[in-house]
Amino acid sequence: MSSDRLSYSRSQERSSDTARNQAALNVGVSLKLARLAFGDTIILENFDLTLEPAQITCLLGPSGVGKSSILKLLAGFLPLPTNSEVTGTDGLGITNRTSYMDQQDLLLPWASALENVVVGARLRGQTPDFKRARSLLAQVGLKDYITARPDTLSGGMRQRVALARTLMDDSPIVLMDEPFSALDAITKFRLQDLAANLLAQKTVLLITHDPMEALRLGHRIFVMSGSPVRLSAPLCPEGSLPRDPASDDLRHHYSDIMASLALTDTGPA
Amino acid sequence: MNFLRPLITVSGLLLLWGLIVAVTDLPKFILPSPLLVFHTLTAKIDLIAGHALITATEILLGLAVGISFGMLSALLISAYKPVRQWVLPILIASQAIPVFAIAPLLVIWMGYGLAPKVIVGALIIYFPVAVGFLDGLNRTDPAWLNLTALLQKSGSGSAFLNRYRLYRHIKIPFALPSLASGIRVGTAIAPIGAIIGEWVGSSAGLGFLMLNANARMQIDLVFASLMVLTFMALTLYFLMDHVLRRLMPWQPDQKVTSI
Repeated sequence: MSSDRLSYSRSQERSSDTARNQAALNVGVSLKLARLAFGDTIILENFDLTLEPAQITCLLGPSGVGKSSILKLLAGFLPLPTNSEVTGTDGLGITNRTSYMDQQDLLLPWASALENVVVGARLRGQTPDFKRARSLLAQVGLKDYITARPDTLSGGMRQRVALARTLMDDSPIVLMDEPFSALDAITKFRLQDLAANLLAQKTVLLITHDPMEALRLGHRIFVMSGSPVRLSAPLCPEGSLPRDPASDDLRHHYSDIMASLALTDTGPA
Repeated sequence: MNFLRPLITVSGLLLLWGLIVAVTDLPKFILPSPLLVFHTLTAKIDLIAGHALITATEILLGLAVGISFGMLSALLISAYKPVRQWVLPILIASQAIPVFAIAPLLVIWMGYGLAPKVIVGALIIYFPVAVGFLDGLNRTDPAWLNLTALLQKSGSGSAFLNRYRLYRHIKIPFALPSLASGIRVGTAIAPIGAIIGEWVGSSAGLGFLMLNANARMQIDLVFASLMVLTFMALTLYFLMDHVLRRLMPWQPDQKVTSI
């Protein structure tokens, strides 16, 4: 390749990067849902949710309450029902600037950690930015595992790779579906710290069934309950993220949440 | 690989064979002793090797053709829904029609050379490869399909290119273990195709040699040829198994199909 073409493509990348960064600032998301039903079962009805720009919004609720359905609607994995809409606060669609992180790591078993992080570029037919991928892997603490295949990594390390992949495209909106629920307590705690730092300035929806996770990472926390589902008033604990789980304030909130979850839980455990 | 156990099994069978011949005193044109077979094998190795080379060529060409067409069919069926209705009946028919029935036709059409044997072999190999690969392609984890769709949203590729990249980076690699199972089955039965082809009409090959030897009551030569054929089939299978394993080092290695 000639050096001319190389510098041309570089400058092009840079300009698209700045465009992205500008778009990244202050994009909120609004979901208006008339009704979501599977067969005769109504999951959600007249349901509105707003994700504040550059904040982490947590949806907290027991399993089976419809948390994941909301996330799937936002990500476009489920077709949007009639009279419903998902828009950014700038009035545009969101799926072309959204990243997604699943409970499973969804790593390609044949590819190295580095290749897994750049899989988005591969799927779009773009030249991967390996420099950024390497630096992200270093940020999640995997500097020495760049060439490692997923089967040689622990569960926590695999989820770190998935986190790096989620951050790779630098999307302003990030949807996370119980991303740390399969991890042990200590690994989970460390990854929450990491995520709180790396997700700063992003508009995040974090689905979780762990009240402590919501309290550590959420700017705003909604508790989901009932059928069809209702949202509680947003809970906005004080303090910067990630919050200290040992603080009195947090423990106070924790018992409140547990009480409200226990009171509203009418179904089988 | 542990060669000791199969070696013991084979030695045990040879010993039993030798004992039966020694005790019953069967004439050598009914059942020759293993020693006689071994003697024939060494004495006529040039003759057998020449024919074995031809059979091996037929098997390998049949494998290449069968695997190629099997993979191609599976890809077409998986990628283009309308193709399914056109190709699937062919796929099933290729198994429903007994190859023994069409082999003589192929000989009439194409003569006594290599071509009919390769086609008979390919027909046998085609089915397990196509079905194995298709199964794998149809079973991509939906979570991965969702993630791929979202990752591609921020790109500018056309629908066709996005689909191509989905196959190239996700669907095909995830389907490789199933394809490998199909190829293993195909490899194990590949020699059948070549031998059937040779039996129906040929002027060379191990099948031809065995048929002739059988007609002349040279049962020792039949057995010697059979041994070479068995050796070839085993070598081919384990070579293929080894190659497939090396190509997919991320697969959990359960060594079920290996010794």
